[in-house]
Amino acid sequence: MPANRFNAFTDYGIGIGLRVPHYRHILEKKPVVDWFEIISENFMVDGGRPLEVLDRILEQYRVVQHGVSMYFGSADPLDRTHLKKLKTLVRRTKTPWLSDHLCWGSVDGTYTHDLLPMPYTFAAARRTAEKIRQVRDYVEVPICVENVSSYAEYHVSEMTEWEFLTEVVERADCGILLDVNNIYVSSKNHDFNPYDYVNGVPHHRVGQIHVAGHTKFEKYILDTHDHPVLDPVWKLYAHAIRLCGVTATLLEWDDKIPSFDEVHDEALKANQFIDGARAAGKSAASRAAVPAA
Amino acid sequence: MTRLPARQRSTRDLKSLQRLMTAALTRPLTSASRLQGRWTDGRPMRAVAASFIKPNDRLSSFERLEIYARCYWFRLLDCLYEDCPGLRAVLGEKKFARLAEAYLAKYPSRSFTLRNLPGRLEKFIREEPRLTAPHTALAIDVARFEWAQTVAFDGPSAPPLAPERLTTVNPARLRLGLQPHLSLLALDHPVDDFVIAVKKDGVLRADASNTPEAAPRAAKLRRVPLPKPGRVYVAVHRHDNRLYYKRLEPAAHRILCALGAGRTVTQSVGTVRGVAPEQIQAWFKSWTELGWLCARNGR
Repeated sequence: MPANRFNAFTDYGIGIGLRVPHYRHILEKKPVVDWFEIISENFMVDGGRPLEVLDRILEQYRVVQHGVSMYFGSADPLDRTHLKKLKTLVRRTKTPWLSDHLCWGSVDGTYTHDLLPMPYTFAAARRTAEKIRQVRDYVEVPICVENVSSYAEYHVSEMTEWEFLTEVVERADCGILLDVNNIYVSSKNHDFNPYDYVNGVPHHRVGQIHVAGHTKFEKYILDTHDHPVLDPVWKLYAHAIRLCGVTATLLEWDDKIPSFDEVHDEALKANQFIDGARAAGKSAASRAAVPAA
Repeated sequence: MTRLPARQRSTRDLKSLQRLMTAALTRPLTSASRLQGRWTDGRPMRAVAASFIKPNDRLSSFERLEIYARCYWFRLLDCLYEDCPGLRAVLGEKKFARLAEAYLAKYPSRSFTLRNLPGRLEKFIREEPRLTAPHTALAIDVARFEWAQTVAFDGPSAPPLAPERLTTVNPARLRLGLQPHLSLLALDHPVDDFVIAVKKDGVLRADASNTPEAAPRAAKLRRVPLPKPGRVYVAVHRHDNRLYYKRLEPAAHRILCALGAGRTVTQSVGTVRGVAPEQIQAWFKSWTELGWLCARNGR
């Protein structure tokens, strides 16, 4: 199931986020990397160095766009200027799919620049799915929506987060960017079993997976992306790829960013779980091939 | 502030919740970086938070909402700290923090990108001079200069003018455009030297990120004496995608401004007196080489 219509039938392997401190290393050393994920908004500009760097990266690497401010879940209508700039970038990068978050962050044109949690209601799911469809129809690439980490829940919620995610993606007929670190963080903050979450989403819609590090505080966990991936998150990742198949995987490391090699090595740890999932898949297949006595 | 319906049935209900949450997050924090104790209508903030946020066994509704409020303020303040090192050096950290908080309270972000966050800072400083006194004039100059750097860094560009256009078209009929990423500044302080001295690092902006910051990180700035008043004319631009600042002669600044305002080459040159024609020709040659001149309205 690695290649599906939500990631444009690609098989992208393990990528890392393209970040400013690594530009020089990447451009000079040209390390072998399966793919880079870019933050779309950093390159939705009219000119200058960001686009020069991007074009040089595109000459050498496969790039997938990941957005942080489309805010599918905002009640506001879509921002046409934002959409136009996004489509211009999509044409430049030829990203096979596009991801952004299942969240909101703006209202009445005021932006919080945060990934705020949704109320898990049917009304919100309908509105969110409608906006995802609008974006997909406009930019003309498949869309995967990412579950966010959260620190608060609303009284008005009518379902679990994974039921809400399922409701949205089924209504929008879009993919899922399954962030297993976010699931883990939210499970600790809201006292649910992260495996129930992973088990509960439609696995055939998972087009990409995120892993990342987080920070534990006394009363909650914060999704800081400034550490290596912790063991419970890797275990959840292993579980996810057993269910979803080996899926394009990306390590996010956005703060206190170490050397390129350290980040890449951390990302490549995913291989041991991928190998395990592939072996499990093969042995299951060979068992299935043995005729019943 | 309207109260929320017990059940959400429509996009309007969703918007009501999002308005309440946004109002709570964007309200200035206390000096201890906490949510304020009272809501805008006088109700206890704890009661307002409890009306729409669930508590758990470790955190109250108020505390859960406060995590987001702190992330909001820390993230946006961090962005201003990063984009305005010169203004921080002029005002000092405490005064800059007061200015930044008041600015964000009056002018929250209206753009999907944090790149545009400082775009109304000059306007705000003019509106609230008490926040920068006694250095208001200097603060305005620095705010203009730092915003010009953002524009030069990733603003749009137009195809530069072919040099032969200057010699083959009648200057009395020729109207030129200026590069959109070029800012022409007439400043009352030599802030170009000052900001360069303050900045220790390069000019690349950091990435936008979906990661909430734990706290604003104000990197220490170099201590640089504040510039004394003195009129300077500066062009902020990019060349080969690198940022540059170029001092201009007053007459050169006047000609460029006239060109930018849509006057013909002859009219623009006519705005200055007592400058040798050879000097003006040399300026046009230099501006052409730098790619500052382009066809007007893309034609």
